[in-house]
Amino acid sequence: MRALASLLCGFVFGWGLFISGMTRPDKVLGFLDVLAIPSGNWDPSLAVVMAAALAVTGLGYALARRRTPFFESQNQWPTQTAIDRPLVAGSALFGIGWGLVGLCPGPAIENLATLSPPVVVFVVAMAVGMIAYHLWEARGTAPAERALAPAGAVDG
Amino acid sequence: MANFSPISAAIGGALIGLSAVLLMLLNGRIAGITGIFAGLIEPLSTDRAWRATFIVGLLAAPLSAALIGYTVPIPQMPPSLAIIAGAGLLVGFGTRLSNGCTSGHGICGIARLSPRSIAATGIFMVAAMIVVAVTRHVGG
Repeated sequence: MRALASLLCGFVFGWGLFISGMTRPDKVLGFLDVLAIPSGNWDPSLAVVMAAALAVTGLGYALARRRTPFFESQNQWPTQTAIDRPLVAGSALFGIGWGLVGLCPGPAIENLATLSPPVVVFVVAMAVGMIAYHLWEARGTAPAERALAPAGAVDG
Repeated sequence: MANFSPISAAIGGALIGLSAVLLMLLNGRIAGITGIFAGLIEPLSTDRAWRATFIVGLLAAPLSAALIGYTVPIPQMPPSLAIIAGAGLLVGFGTRLSNGCTSGHGICGIARLSPRSIAATGIFMVAAMIVVAVTRHVGG
């Protein structure tokens, strides 16, 4: 049931990205191009997508906080709170890559469905970057400890 | 405001929010694509089944859209494969280092009013805006 539930969630998420145009790098870059504001060529759509998503998620999470999930024993809310160096550096690196192409992980993976070769290159490189981080993080750590710390959705 | 599409943006955004809420209500998980995908591909990871089906659902969305008559555009990408690969590496490494991307920090994190996610989102937005300002407006 857990797998079926997340299949549905992935499907709804994918439709949300598709309908909103956020699978299109040109549309995302049209938002990130803030220097286009004076000329009237700026596209604020991404801000509307985030505002609508935040409104629904904020209300829904308030409900979710008061109950246990259907197919799990408890909710796995993120526990980290520190605004530390990895958070700042990682966000900056991600932002640079995002600005270069206009794809973040969700739309990148969803666009694999188009079988576009440049998208495949992007997603393979993204996967390599994630594995590289995994190996770099695990340096000097015993394998047993690593197994206890799987790629967690600590934040998301 | 060229290309501004507020209605489809609001509908799509609401669907993304609905997905995030459902994943928490049903499976107790944050809908962060970075965490879901990384947990699928990294060695030693457990708990792969629900991650895999989420990704299958994500891929099925545009395919089903095409089936019912929508045009699914081929993404416009930069001509240089080196830039594409470099950007992919930065996105993959950066999102793991900061533990989240546009979905995990930008939506799920800010919806929880997490200062950490608000900071992350501000930083990756500003970094991306600077890159676009340079690539589109400097020397061009």
